[in-house]
Amino acid sequence: MNRRESLKAIGLTTLSTTLLLKGGDSEAQSVPKKHTPPAVDEAGRQPFEVERDKKLFAEKYFTAHEMATITVLADIIIPRDAKSGSASDAKVPDFIEFIVKDIPDHKTPMRGGLRWLDIQCLTRYEKKFVECSHPQQIEMVTEIAYPKKAKPEMRQGVAFFNRMRDLTATGFFTSKIGIADIGYMGNSPGKWDGVPHDVLKQHGFDNDKI
Amino acid sequence: MIDFHIKKPPVTYDVVIVGSGAGGGMAGYVLANAGLRVLMLEAGPFFDPAKDSLQLKFPYESPRRGAGTNRAFGDFDAAYGGWELDGEPYTTKDRTQFDWFRSRMLGGRTNHWGRISLRMGPKDFKGHDVDGLTDNWPISYEDVKPFYDKVDRMIGIYGTVENLDNEPDGIYLPPPKPRLNELFIKKGATKAGVTVIPGRGSVLTEALPGNKDRYACFYCGQCNRSCKIYGDFSASSCLVIPAIKTGNLKVITNAMAREVTTGANGEATGISYVNKNDLQEYHVSAKVVVLGASACESARLLLNSKSSQHPGGLANSSGIVGKYLHDSTGAGLSGFLPQLMDRKRYNEDGVGSVHIYSPWWLDNKKLDFPRGYHIEYGGGMHMPSYGSTSGIQNLNGLVPGRDGKMKEPGGFGAGLKDDYRRFFGSQVGMSGRGTAIAREDNYCEIDDNVVDKYGIPVLRFHYKWTDAEIKQAKHMQETFQSIMHEMGAIITSRIQGPETNYGLEAPGRIIHEVGTIRMGDDPKKSALNKWCQAHDCKNLFVVDAAPFVQQGDKNATWTILALSMRTSEYILEQRKKLNI
Repeated sequence: MNRRESLKAIGLTTLSTTLLLKGGDSEAQSVPKKHTPPAVDEAGRQPFEVERDKKLFAEKYFTAHEMATITVLADIIIPRDAKSGSASDAKVPDFIEFIVKDIPDHKTPMRGGLRWLDIQCLTRYEKKFVECSHPQQIEMVTEIAYPKKAKPEMRQGVAFFNRMRDLTATGFFTSKIGIADIGYMGNSPGKWDGVPHDVLKQHGFDNDKI
Repeated sequence: MIDFHIKKPPVTYDVVIVGSGAGGGMAGYVLANAGLRVLMLEAGPFFDPAKDSLQLKFPYESPRRGAGTNRAFGDFDAAYGGWELDGEPYTTKDRTQFDWFRSRMLGGRTNHWGRISLRMGPKDFKGHDVDGLTDNWPISYEDVKPFYDKVDRMIGIYGTVENLDNEPDGIYLPPPKPRLNELFIKKGATKAGVTVIPGRGSVLTEALPGNKDRYACFYCGQCNRSCKIYGDFSASSCLVIPAIKTGNLKVITNAMAREVTTGANGEATGISYVNKNDLQEYHVSAKVVVLGASACESARLLLNSKSSQHPGGLANSSGIVGKYLHDSTGAGLSGFLPQLMDRKRYNEDGVGSVHIYSPWWLDNKKLDFPRGYHIEYGGGMHMPSYGSTSGIQNLNGLVPGRDGKMKEPGGFGAGLKDDYRRFFGSQVGMSGRGTAIAREDNYCEIDDNVVDKYGIPVLRFHYKWTDAEIKQAKHMQETFQSIMHEMGAIITSRIQGPETNYGLEAPGRIIHEVGTIRMGDDPKKSALNKWCQAHDCKNLFVVDAAPFVQQGDKNATWTILALSMRTSEYILEQRKKLNI
């Protein structure tokens, strides 16, 4: 069977890359006010996976204050820029809310780190992190965002921020918005004919026997 | 009140097969197509990649974005089961660490495997003649070659003819072209004196002549999710499901085999199993019993099948069952290529198997360890998934920013967001997969104190790496560093030293465990003859990797398929002669 027939076999025609590059409509909206648990996609899943996801969606871990802090932090880490939206545009806080329930090893470090951050801010600015001014927030984050430069007493914050940065980046770049931003162009049935010729030339592989 | 009476349907099958993976699947395929009445028992549920694969899902279609919480190799990976099975423990002794991966599903581990399809070479079958350290197989490459050829044609494999000493060529479809990182790897490896050739994988880069059920690959790079269009090899799609269509194969899923039953003369009479759906005990009668439950599970089944004729377990008068267990060696290293930063974007998924690889290229006479390893390479602009962007603070301080100035590692904001873009597709990794020496002292046995939730006694493992494997891992690390250096790559993984056995993975971790029911000419030193027929029990055969005397630095699957086909044809021939 040739490739065209194989695409037809699974109900696809050649996917246009513009479909991928178009930002997802739903993710451009702000965080919805009413939280309805998402439906669990059951196809190809074992019963225990479906049950577990339902339980996780129903569980509540982070408080409203923690979620607010996470949201501010996520948007500091990955802000909106000329190319794409912010972490909260890509629903990263919702992802973080879920993933700490899915991978409980994240729970205490996140909760403790968020609280550590609030105590730092209370000490410096007499306000919790979310209540500080933007310049104050940036000043605080700067103390913990650079592992090699941070003061020794900031190390707990560095560990927390590394984790928060990783979770934000993972949540962002696996979202529709983030995938378009980073330029992943795969997951699109077609033919692999090797590295495009202009790229080969750019890297000096033009004359090599491929 | 549950009725525990054992249910014995009146039918006697020609053959009962335990396991639906590469070995069991091939046996079912050959025997059903020959017109025999075959029953196959599979411990897991039915799985058809066409319906059940999670292929072509984006990471945001999983709430955990592909993380390996429920499935060890990622949320879309086609493995039901994993390193630990609920209610099915195993134990270890003498400070052994043995990790045992089981896929409980139709097709077993062939649904998620890497499709790397390598023939064992002449030296692998006759290792004793090479360096005296291992036993020879009772068969040679020439005995197996006709079956490798038939498997290649039947299932489809890509690669190139290279005429290498111990890497026999197959009958190949064209290989996929290299990715950009692979071009750098080939250049750097060649400078380092390491051979790099096109990969060899069981993916249909072209349509398979005469096969209307399977389609040519469309290069999504997700073979590990199993393929909805049957573009790659899984025993489920390529063997069992077609065999069912003959009308001669019946598959009972969620059936956990308890023991092989035997008759007054010590011959196998069938399988007792528990139906996981209704938790009732069943028995199936058959004239021939074929075990393909995977190396350790088949050994476990034999050891649990004691009788007066077989006091040490079925087919175990030699005492060899469970012994000579061995898994491939494995160690790795990773980093990134600065020249691959800021890459031009295009679809680089390719196939979900190796585009290039390095077959073993050195002469052991000049080295301090026996045998060898092949190298698998990673990298490319792959689908982002949970964790794939982690640890940027270990990267973005190592190279100048866009302004040419060095950056303080870590950070946040627009500059950080840009850093993720810059590094996408620049990462490169390499892993060695090598020959471990089969030793009598590495084994699995029955733990007399522990049963699983079905009341079946479990396995206990005893396994230690030796210098032969540790020094091989050391050589891997040195080779990888050399290749990375010649490429101008920056290593970012921790370079493993003697304190971690040079990164040598724990036994079982590579999931190539073989050797627990060895074949051989001498019934005192082997459990099976060269046809994988039990010395002690003429109507019992083993078709997974348990019969392997000694693996090579080639994963087991292609050899399992060839040997299972060979054994199945022998069964047909023996039946014609009324010998079984």
